[in-house]
Amino acid sequence: MRYSGFEVIKEGIFGQKGWRPVWRNPDPKPAYDAIIIGGGGHGLSTAYYLAKEHGLTNIAVLEKGYIGGGNVGRNTTIVRANYFLPGNSEFYSHSLRLWEGLAQDLNYNVMHSQRGLINLFHSDGQRDAFARRGNAMINQGDDAILLDCDGVRRILPYLNFDNARFPIYGGLYHPRGGTARHDAVAWGYARAADQRGVDIIQNCEVTGIDIEGGQVIGVQTTRGAIRAGKVGIVVAGRSSQVAAMAGMRLPIESHVLQAFVTEGLKPCIDHVVSFGMGHFYISQSDKGGLVFGGDIDFYSSYAARGNLPMQEHVMEAAMTLMPMIGQAKVLRSWGGIMDMTPDGSPIIDKTDTDGLFIDCGWCYGGFKAVPGSGFSFAHLMATGHHHPPAAKFRLNRFRDGAGLMDEEGTGSQHNLH
Amino acid sequence: MRIICPNCGARDRREFYYQGDALTLRRPAPDAGPEAWDDYLHIRDNPAGLTRDLWCHEAGCGAWLVIERNTQTHAIDSVTLAEKVKR
Repeated sequence: MRYSGFEVIKEGIFGQKGWRPVWRNPDPKPAYDAIIIGGGGHGLSTAYYLAKEHGLTNIAVLEKGYIGGGNVGRNTTIVRANYFLPGNSEFYSHSLRLWEGLAQDLNYNVMHSQRGLINLFHSDGQRDAFARRGNAMINQGDDAILLDCDGVRRILPYLNFDNARFPIYGGLYHPRGGTARHDAVAWGYARAADQRGVDIIQNCEVTGIDIEGGQVIGVQTTRGAIRAGKVGIVVAGRSSQVAAMAGMRLPIESHVLQAFVTEGLKPCIDHVVSFGMGHFYISQSDKGGLVFGGDIDFYSSYAARGNLPMQEHVMEAAMTLMPMIGQAKVLRSWGGIMDMTPDGSPIIDKTDTDGLFIDCGWCYGGFKAVPGSGFSFAHLMATGHHHPPAAKFRLNRFRDGAGLMDEEGTGSQHNLH
Repeated sequence: MRIICPNCGARDRREFYYQGDALTLRRPAPDAGPEAWDDYLHIRDNPAGLTRDLWCHEAGCGAWLVIERNTQTHAIDSVTLAEKVKR
């Protein structure tokens, strides 16, 4: 069924009885042309673009849980293209352009809301760094406006501008930045991939990767063996475990990142705001909850729940930046498992095994990359060539030291990102 | 999370700095080659389960500690002074 205003009215008249499940629930076939391990945002978008851009429809997405149950349902929904370094900037620029046409492309309302993103700065040095970043964004073809303090005050009057420790000097405004509905992105891609013939197989955990003579020939799963000449690993926080099935060790350490949401409130925060001194960022969901988060907990973890020190830090930053938030009640917090690379930038590459590809290392920035990552990974899997916007996301950059993309400028070590 | 420092006793996690996998105690020779240095600097086993990490009690005695810990439950099995592990 194609969604349209007409369908909504028709179903309204006939008692909403015509809606059907939006993807099938097929049993795995014995063999496919390609298998995607991981039914998260990146895996589903990879499958969709393999089908749409490259005509590869005899493919399966294997998900050990359910669609939308991993990090794609556990993030803070921010979409932006404000990266600085070559390699990252063209990739996220491409991804943002895909976001802008995504709802039409998928025929699914992903609620992409370009409400504008403002990164605040609190010193002269930080202003200079943000001016330079803004110029890089404009050179890339994206948008950036450097706001002074009064400029920020007009847009975000509720901030504490005169904090003695972190006074607000201004902000870098990225009008095309914003948010999207995270579940809808997963569901939209799953539905659109399914419509093009992709088998989405849930509750199917991969337990082994079969390799013969240096060529991948298929996978072992909890629902039996499945053959395929091409296999893509897209499993975020579990990348090290799945790669180990193919005898690989990765430059990845998994960490927990926490996020928080308050009770639903009337609209008060119209943008995405990030606090330049406290690693804190916030937006308001369409349901009214204030969605916010901070940094990772800074020790390796697979617990999907965090510890109190970082929660305290995030709440302190929130109160420092916008004292009004003290009136809101936190409804819940959660943690996701982040596949952190040493330089904080992702990996989309071939492996030493023919036909085996890997897409991982998205750290805490994977949501905005969902369309771009899938598009570029599909390109690599289908053609064997790196897609130009993602051509620098190489696995060997760590071994060679060439092409490291240390976006935060903190160094390329595991405990710095 | 509380960590029992062999010198100071049980202290809050806030007092400790996380360095990463304890393999950093096994520094390769300067001429060991790019593979060995890549392994040392970047490549990680990244286990979902038992791990050995290097932490520093930076807001306490300053000692470097090897901590055996479960990454799925955050339970700590043992804490040893790194100088004893190293020797």
